[in-house]
Amino acid sequence: MATSTAPHRSYSQVPDPLGRFGDYGGRYVPETLSAALDELEQAYTEAAADPAFQQELDDLLCRFVGRETPLLFADRLTEYAGGARIYFKREDLSHTGAHKINNTLGQGLLALRMGKRRIIAETGAGQHGVATATACARFGLECVVYMGAEDVRRQAPNVRNMRLMGAEVRPVESGSRTLRDAINDAMRDWMGSVETSHYIIGSVVGPHPFPKIVRDFQSVIGRETVAQCERDLGRMPDMVVACVGGGSNAAGMFYPFVDVEGVRLVGVEAGGRSAQAGSHAASLSHGQPGVLHGSLSYVLQNPDGQTSDVHSVSAGLDYPGVGPEHAYWHDAGRVDYTSVTDAEALDAFDLVARKEGILPALETSHALAWTVREAASMPPEAVVVVCLSGRGDKDAAEIARLRGFSEELTHG
Amino acid sequence: MVDTAVDTPITKLTAALAARRQAGEVVVAPFLTAGDPDLDFTFQALKVAQQAGATLCELGVPYSDPIADGPVIQASYTRALNAGGTLEGVFGLAARASEQLTMPLVAMTSYSIIFRRGIDRFVGEAAAVGLTGLIVPDLPIEESSLLAKACRQADVALVRLVTPTTPPERAARIAAESTGFLYCVSVAGVTGERVSLPQQLKDRVRWLKEQTDVPILVGFGISRPEQVREVGDVADGVIVGSALVRHLEATSGDQRQTALASIAQHVGELVAAGRAG
Repeated sequence: MATSTAPHRSYSQVPDPLGRFGDYGGRYVPETLSAALDELEQAYTEAAADPAFQQELDDLLCRFVGRETPLLFADRLTEYAGGARIYFKREDLSHTGAHKINNTLGQGLLALRMGKRRIIAETGAGQHGVATATACARFGLECVVYMGAEDVRRQAPNVRNMRLMGAEVRPVESGSRTLRDAINDAMRDWMGSVETSHYIIGSVVGPHPFPKIVRDFQSVIGRETVAQCERDLGRMPDMVVACVGGGSNAAGMFYPFVDVEGVRLVGVEAGGRSAQAGSHAASLSHGQPGVLHGSLSYVLQNPDGQTSDVHSVSAGLDYPGVGPEHAYWHDAGRVDYTSVTDAEALDAFDLVARKEGILPALETSHALAWTVREAASMPPEAVVVVCLSGRGDKDAAEIARLRGFSEELTHG
Repeated sequence: MVDTAVDTPITKLTAALAARRQAGEVVVAPFLTAGDPDLDFTFQALKVAQQAGATLCELGVPYSDPIADGPVIQASYTRALNAGGTLEGVFGLAARASEQLTMPLVAMTSYSIIFRRGIDRFVGEAAAVGLTGLIVPDLPIEESSLLAKACRQADVALVRLVTPTTPPERAARIAAESTGFLYCVSVAGVTGERVSLPQQLKDRVRWLKEQTDVPILVGFGISRPEQVREVGDVADGVIVGSALVRHLEATSGDQRQTALASIAQHVGELVAAGRAG
């Protein structure tokens, strides 16, 4: 219990009307998009105040997504780590297999309110692409998904699923052919189609009001977790852990906790092959403030302001920036950001598969790797919740390839 | 010069625009990527553009993630960066061109690059190498107060953009804040040639003329002489980007002279079209 009588600082009263999270955020976009962002902000403000909107979204989250997602005690993993009790917030059990659907349904409903019948999205791991294709199929909207050509290769099952639901997947061949290039092309599409299309951005990145909207739609994760901890454990967790690429599952998980004292929040970035520039995607751990994709946040760039190449074994974390609210929490010291390597994430994937019977997404495996290591040094009565942001079926073939499994061996 | 005012970057730009308009000609402002394929080529291209009658030139500062640009300029930026292009190099080119050419230069640059350099430092360096203005396509007015202040202090123009999606009150505000000239984007979309310009373009330009005293240049989608004549009826000039940058797609060995000749000819045709009226 805190003994200080000073009022504790609130971290939840952001962004301001210009989309600022402390020094970060804002709206750095071509003028062509300004009016559409104003329109979106207004539509969202009205929707947020409309009980019918929230009810429709809640109903979809319940019946279509399968919320609430469980809070599961990972007993064998806890035993293995030999320290704090580890719980999984099972976003992997959401329809489409990840938290991304929370946001795409919300933004899909907003698009309907604005009368926009065409949806654009970018995707890295393909989870956001699938979630967008799913929402579009459900709402009868046209769907175009931009995806880096490298990611099309390594996340093939998701590409197939998007196409099966009627979405058009456009491989992006420019630049590093990953998430960053997919965002560039999605924004370029939007520049020319802004009057009839809505861009469903997949993370808490981009120009205002996207970081706020995505955070709000994803905050259902953290709100449920708070309620489940109260109900099932009778207490708040000591630590909450989530992986951070752009940072949407982490923002949604952390936001309801930022003003809860005594809960340590930890974001785990992609440490890639090493801490050398170009070998990782850890913007908060190794980057500095800069402007990318419409907002001011931590970015990985060279001294001239050119975006650096990044690397992660996980396509969803393979991004040289991070949401501006994370930059704010980082500087304020409210959330600790750390990173784990490709190899550690792959080991955590194996470990959780064998100990818990869950194939976690490679993105999520980063959070799991750090959790297992940290839990070991915590007392057995301590509680750690890790956001199990997505399932790993999409990664299974690539991991088998990296592990050198042949089909023959796996049957042996 | 009868004008006793001290020469500043922005007065050089303003004077060049005014002189051309007084002569009854349409301003033609080519856009060229700095350092594609190398800085010396860009210098030669600027030189032939001036000789062909360009009023001013926009120097594109290569950027890794130009979301307002279509495939032609994007590819050109990538070539320049892959060739080792740096901001130092662009500034060096600007210094050389300012010294040896009379035509004013305006830099087109992403705010990412300005922010990383430091706003005051960037503007100070730009002024020192003779750049007369900045066009920052990813910086809307709400975010621009620091840069606007630095530009005012350095007498460097900060050219604003209005687009077809800009509501009228906002367009009036942008027009009032623009210095040097106002950049009127012809179409909603990224840079690149267009077969036809929107019907409402002329009406929008006429309306914008009433909102500001600075010249209005129309850009995005302009590549042909008849478009110069069409736009020149109402606007002060045109900006030509992707169509010229296309000439940079083949510049190895013997192709250099051909590319320079193509640029000279293309600019010359547009300038001639702007004189015919």
